Amino acid sequence: MSLLVPAAEHLPDALASESTLRRFLHGLPGVDQVGAEARAATLATRSIKRESKRWALDMAVRMTDLTTLEGADTPGKVRALSAKAVRPDPSDPTCPSVAAVCVYGDLAGEAAAVVAGSGVHVAAVATAFPSGRASLAVKLADTRDAVAAGADEIDMVIDRGAFLCGRYGEVLEEIVQVKQACGPAHLKVILETGELATLDNARRAAWLAMAGGADFVKTSTGKVTPAATLPVTLVLLEAVRDFAALTGRAVGVKAAGGIRSAKDAIRYLVMVNEVAGERWLTPEAFRFGASTLLNDLLLQRAKQRTGAYAGPDYFTID
Amino acid sequence: MPDRLAVRKTYKLYVGGAFPRSESGRSYEITSAEGRFLANAAMASRKDVRDAVVAARGAFAKWSGATAYNRGQVLYRAAEVLEGRRAQFVDEVAASEGRDRDDAAGTVDAAVDRLVWYAGWSDKIAQIAGSANAVAGPYFNFSVPEPTGVVAVLAPQSSSLLGLVSVVAPVVVSGNTAVVVASEDAPLPAITFGEVLATSDVPGGVVNILTGRTAELAPVLASHMDVNAIDLHGAAAGAATDLEQAAAENVKRVLRRPDAEPDWRADPDPHRMLAFLETKTVWHPMGV
Repeated sequence: MSLLVPAAEHLPDALASESTLRRFLHGLPGVDQVGAEARAATLATRSIKRESKRWALDMAVRMTDLTTLEGADTPGKVRALSAKAVRPDPSDPTCPSVAAVCVYGDLAGEAAAVVAGSGVHVAAVATAFPSGRASLAVKLADTRDAVAAGADEIDMVIDRGAFLCGRYGEVLEEIVQVKQACGPAHLKVILETGELATLDNARRAAWLAMAGGADFVKTSTGKVTPAATLPVTLVLLEAVRDFAALTGRAVGVKAAGGIRSAKDAIRYLVMVNEVAGERWLTPEAFRFGASTLLNDLLLQRAKQRTGAYAGPDYFTID
Repeated sequence: MPDRLAVRKTYKLYVGGAFPRSESGRSYEITSAEGRFLANAAMASRKDVRDAVVAARGAFAKWSGATAYNRGQVLYRAAEVLEGRRAQFVDEVAASEGRDRDDAAGTVDAAVDRLVWYAGWSDKIAQIAGSANAVAGPYFNFSVPEPTGVVAVLAPQSSSLLGLVSVVAPVVVSGNTAVVVASEDAPLPAITFGEVLATSDVPGGVVNILTGRTAELAPVLASHMDVNAIDLHGAAAGAATDLEQAAAENVKRVLRRPDAEPDWRADPDPHRMLAFLETKTVWHPMGV
């Protein structure tokens, strides 16, 4: 195996061959699943109030990748969503924009036209999302199309079939090639932890993605249950922290799918701070992939601002 | 043989078909009219109001979408369960309101009858609140009543069971869902009424019953943007104006606080049902 792997200088032994890669990944410390769940549950009890809560709500809005990934997406829906991404709450000028709009690659152009100049990124899912079942050539063409259409962030899925078979080199090579196809666009690698069965696998997949040059590791497509959970995000945060300690490069984490309430989002922020550290507490290093979460964040912001409980009638549905 | 230990009850709230403790963890003592300890009740906080409104909103689609006939059957069933626990209610009303047992029994009977009376209105209210309108064109034109949505109810303070039933039944019979603040000093019959609803066919979240300080909970409900209407019956005399102003923020329907407590034993009229309805008018082309 002779790949031009971005992390090669830091992991020369591991990346020498297929078998050393396997040895490296299986040599990663095992995850104590009960311990991870307990830690996540303990951190979730942290109470965040007043100024901290206001800060956290704004930060969560700024970290949101506002997502629509439906077969029924229309250009009009994507334009409306993109307008919402730029100004989530038109009644409140202090409300920040979200981090990005996340759409299918063919609609990236629609989104890019609306968010141009606003600082909101356009993320496109590529590589035969969500299953990842296509040839490498198709995946690379999918990626190039999305970048050409205006996406500056690419959310790729790994080949879970190959990963679960133990063909790690194949998965790594795919990530490296997609990264090259991205050009200047950021690459988020979706591990789909709901299909990886164990937290050990989630940790291995995260290291594999980071070694392949991922700018973000992302938990899920949102199409599989369970999607993002606190324990699995904890494992990814540990992985990016350890990878940064080894290589100096801070890879981001994106928790996607199943995060619907502001309360959940704040629990994730607590965990980011406690596990990875303050360096990850920015939209450049942590993201939420969500659609319904944003409205709950806006409801809670309105509650903080006016003192009265807000109602969903006053916010757009998509 | 020692005396049996007294079982001192601590009741909980009735929210979304379940019986949660107050989020605040607080409770307060309920005493009889003469000051004898009866039980502990949960003292709800604004976050319990929030949860109750979420539960009521969640239950609205299914309850308002049920047929009027079905809602009537469900309320009639609740009346049956209420009747089945008659003895318990007589004790609680007698203790809570300081009435003798005969008087309390009459009140409980009246409450059962009141629930049956309102249950019967479920598929008849459209006949008095709706109409077929004559219009200058080839159209059928109908006005039909629809439920307003989530209705906050400040239950009467003195009539703890009959008053409660008389303000809750007209809200839910038309398909609204309710968040009820029970009588502050005499909440025991309301708590037991929650148990009646939980063991009948009323879906969870249709009626949510909070116990606690009306003065603390009422402003939260009045200002809540996801509450569509409020019945201010049990508000304190001095508080009603502020509550009406808070309710105006999202143009809630308001049933104002009466100047004097009505005679709850008197025959009711439909005005409480009519207060929480919206009118939908439909134009339909004629002759095609």
